[in-house]
Amino acid sequence: MALIDLANPSRFLAFTARALPWLAAAAVVAFAVALYQAFFVVPDDYQQGATVKIMFLHVPAAWLALGCWTLMSIAALGTLVWRHPLADVAAKSAAPLGAAFTLLCLLTGSLWGRPMWGTYWVWDARLTSVLVLFVMYLGLLALWRAVEDPARAGHAAAVLTLVGAINLPVIKFSVDFWNTLHQPASVLRVGGPTIHPSILVPLLIMALAFVLLFATLLLAAMRNEILRRRVRSMRLLRAQAALGA
Amino acid sequence: MELGPHAAFIIAAYAAGVLLVLLLVGWVVADYRAQLRTLAEFERQGVARRSAAPERDAA
Repeated sequence: MALIDLANPSRFLAFTARALPWLAAAAVVAFAVALYQAFFVVPDDYQQGATVKIMFLHVPAAWLALGCWTLMSIAALGTLVWRHPLADVAAKSAAPLGAAFTLLCLLTGSLWGRPMWGTYWVWDARLTSVLVLFVMYLGLLALWRAVEDPARAGHAAAVLTLVGAINLPVIKFSVDFWNTLHQPASVLRVGGPTIHPSILVPLLIMALAFVLLFATLLLAAMRNEILRRRVRSMRLLRAQAALGA
Repeated sequence: MELGPHAAFIIAAYAAGVLLVLLLVGWVVADYRAQLRTLAEFERQGVARRSAAPERDAA
């Protein structure tokens, strides 16, 4: 099946029916391996001790929080420029997932910060910009709910998403631009990762598990959204028929 | 497996992660079932989408 064929919602539904079980199984296996590594193989960090285990949730959740908004920005271009029929379906389905992973990033960061920094929260640039990202996700969710027509909601959400994308480089480089309590980048940085392979490799396996989970949930949520739009069009048809009768 | 003096924070973080994943999975599964139920109800009432008509005619 060519990628362009997936632009057809019916073909996309057939594709999700085939792909979802494999993706879900791959996510379960990846999580099993990653959690085993995190709890039984990874040594304690020389500074953080066992609390380094929180990083196996915090870092992949942070990557997905940013990655999800990036994906929604590409989908926003698909809606506004290419008018791809599945673009706003993807954007709408990704928003609650992005909000959930951003919330997990904030929660795990706080739970790591209390024993390591002595506080759950500080208003430094990195933490504040991620909180702004979470609020933007909530704003998008509210917008999708506020506008009844999916096409109109999709256009408004696409514009808001592209405007909100300005926050992504702010989050990424906040630890370089400002003097923050949050440590600088230690994996995605020029010069390579600064983390020892004994922790880096399990972290990357956990990140893979998160990506597989995200892909599974996104495909399932997109399938649900296509069905919801079918329900909506059938409701309209029934209403038209009732008016004509 | 030794979680050290900050075990409560580690357990709370993983509990939050598990809860969030369960909520997300529960949400997509419940939503899928709800949409299928509503579609089946419309089909039973004889309401069909315009784009679905040729498929049904062909079948």
